[in-house]
Amino acid sequence: MRPPPQAGEVKQVFPSVVVAKQHNAILIHSLDEAAVRAGLSIGLPLANARAICPELTVYDADEVADRKTLEDIADWCDRFTPLVALDPPYGLYLDITGCAHLFGGERALLQIVSGALGRRGFAVSAAIAPTAICARTLTRHASGKIVADGGEAEAVSPLPVSALGADDAITAGLRRAGLKTIGDVASRGHHEITARFGASFTALLQQALGQGDGPISPRKPLPDYIVEKRFPDPVATDTVIALNLSALAHMLVTAMDKQGKGARKLEASFFRTDGAVRTITVEAGRPVTKPEVIDRLFRERLEALSDPLDPGFGFDLIRLSASRTEIVVQQQRDLDANVHDNDELSALIDRIAARIGGKRVVVHLPEDTHIPESAVQAVAAQHHLAAAAQAAWPERIEGEPPLRPLRLFDKPEPIKVPFATVPDGPPHQFTWRRVTHAVVRVEGPERIAMEWWKQNGDGPTRDYFRIEDEAGLRFWIFRDGLYDGEPAEAEDEAVPPRWFVHGLFA
Amino acid sequence: MSTARMSTLATLRGSIERLEQGGAHDLNKVTLGHDAADSVLQGGLALSAVHEVFAEGHQSASATGFIAGLAGRVSPRRPLVWVRQDFSAIESGALSISGLCELGLDPRLLVTVRAPDTDAALRTAADALACDALGAVVLEVWGQARQLDLVASRKLTLAAAAFGVTALLLRMAAEPRPSTAETRWIVRAAHSPPSAPWNAWGAPVFDAQLVRNRHGPVGRWIMEWNCDECLFSEPASHPQPVAATPAHRPHHAAAYAGQRRAS
Repeated sequence: MRPPPQAGEVKQVFPSVVVAKQHNAILIHSLDEAAVRAGLSIGLPLANARAICPELTVYDADEVADRKTLEDIADWCDRFTPLVALDPPYGLYLDITGCAHLFGGERALLQIVSGALGRRGFAVSAAIAPTAICARTLTRHASGKIVADGGEAEAVSPLPVSALGADDAITAGLRRAGLKTIGDVASRGHHEITARFGASFTALLQQALGQGDGPISPRKPLPDYIVEKRFPDPVATDTVIALNLSALAHMLVTAMDKQGKGARKLEASFFRTDGAVRTITVEAGRPVTKPEVIDRLFRERLEALSDPLDPGFGFDLIRLSASRTEIVVQQQRDLDANVHDNDELSALIDRIAARIGGKRVVVHLPEDTHIPESAVQAVAAQHHLAAAAQAAWPERIEGEPPLRPLRLFDKPEPIKVPFATVPDGPPHQFTWRRVTHAVVRVEGPERIAMEWWKQNGDGPTRDYFRIEDEAGLRFWIFRDGLYDGEPAEAEDEAVPPRWFVHGLFA
Repeated sequence: MSTARMSTLATLRGSIERLEQGGAHDLNKVTLGHDAADSVLQGGLALSAVHEVFAEGHQSASATGFIAGLAGRVSPRRPLVWVRQDFSAIESGALSISGLCELGLDPRLLVTVRAPDTDAALRTAADALACDALGAVVLEVWGQARQLDLVASRKLTLAAAAFGVTALLLRMAAEPRPSTAETRWIVRAAHSPPSAPWNAWGAPVFDAQLVRNRHGPVGRWIMEWNCDECLFSEPASHPQPVAATPAHRPHHAAAYAGQRRAS
């Protein structure tokens, strides 16, 4: 903390700039008002700037942090509209179609946004216009302006061409051609401009003039249903938050119920008074249509958060949205308990997944390969429960003992084998985890070649042996590669192949 | 009341008791297939209860096979939830579904939960036990988990009894501690029965020691798992005779002295 200036002392403000390395030179990236007054400008080399103003304070640019700040502001802006798009490095588009009246009209909304961001120490310039590009152009030189439908051309015409935000080369070209304002450019024929500066610039110009509209790309897809609650007094206690969340769940279910929908993915966003936004997502294996279920899923999730929900000075807005919904098929309850059982199981899976994560609750699907470690695919139970119940697994061979181990190591563990009697034969003893096992019975080899026809599928052929040691423990070990080398690489001096334990039999 | 009426009532009471016992017998037990073990367990493994299987670290695969066998006996048609702790997969390999198929279990009924730690695993298992659509829940924990105390075990027992789901605890590299389990087993691998080298060998053979049985004596048997019929059985011929556990003295007398009193 800097001590407050004493009365009578004139506070001296040194100009400060942020510099970044561009084209092998350190250039000014941004600067404050004092620096502008000293005669500096963006793009000036730091050496020149120091010559002009020796008492300069210099900071390094941190583009990652800038980007993060912009995203945080965008998160905060989510409270005004669900459609927020980034315009890096400094801009944000908010599509406020149909939202402005909730905040007392466009003028009031503009004041709320600029005022709130200004209070947090950001320099804001904002404008409202029918097209995104028109609004952006206005923010460069006419902040705070609101343009009604049809007034775009009039509003942007007097502005300089640099406000369009086109490439530097195009802006310089236009200025050299004597076209200083956007109105000058617009007065020329389209084909002339296109021939000289390209079609994309023409499109930009047209959008600025309101003659065409380009879409913005919102950061998040629009949820199917949104309900929210604003609090004049921020709420901070867990009970109140939980109560409000369950009230929102009721509202959401009522809204979805009218169209026969159920939610598969739900998001709760907590907007803190200081601008931080926390979003918590839960998923369900089948469409949820009961507020109690939504309530319970969120309770499980909130309890299990590794960094708990921090209300700080309180939340002033809680929003619950259903980002993925499905039509609910009403199932008739028959005497067969199967339907009921499946519901129960998927509800259980949802609860566990809400607490420890959807990827940790898995069902298994067979994979058409003979590589042991990829023969089974573990997939999220929430999404694949039905598929797994129908999966066709290879039939086991009657009368055979198990041919695959019951426990399989993700990474085969290397073992020490002193020697094998014959090349390509099984070992007589081996050392695994510092314990030496004498081999009593052997079955093998089962030779498994890698899938050379696939990308990255090449690897040494493995010879697998089922081994029983003197204590009755059964191992599945393999030799990585053949003793005299793969046929293709036989000419290289073959290194002795290594041995691994891949699994354990019961 | 006359003596004749008294004796009639007593006879009736006796027959009702016998009927009730017989009924309960069939409904709440499932036979393992191994005759000696079944008779000691008075008809088989109790359903809706907690059973513990202990094994040393290097015997984990045998214990897994044994518990998979129990799960296969308990719920051949209903979903099975297998809760395991991440560490046990690192230490002794992850449960292989191909291997489970080979044992004759249906992988379509299996839901695996990969819990990050013991607390999460225990909580998930308790949740799963409260879901009556399931047949059995396997909880696989590595090491001497301090969270799995008498209270936790009591909770699991109550949940299992209330919802009719059988809980099977696989405890690897752990020492048995007091618990409310119905039965407790210590499992080791046993040799394959001698056979000609060209004959099939390698069917799972367990040296299963029943060290606690709430309602009967204990024992130790060599069991073979029959993958085709999904049954335990006595191996056809086994070379090493297994000494019967002395009836008057439990195994590991010193280690168990305190525990038998407490449990």
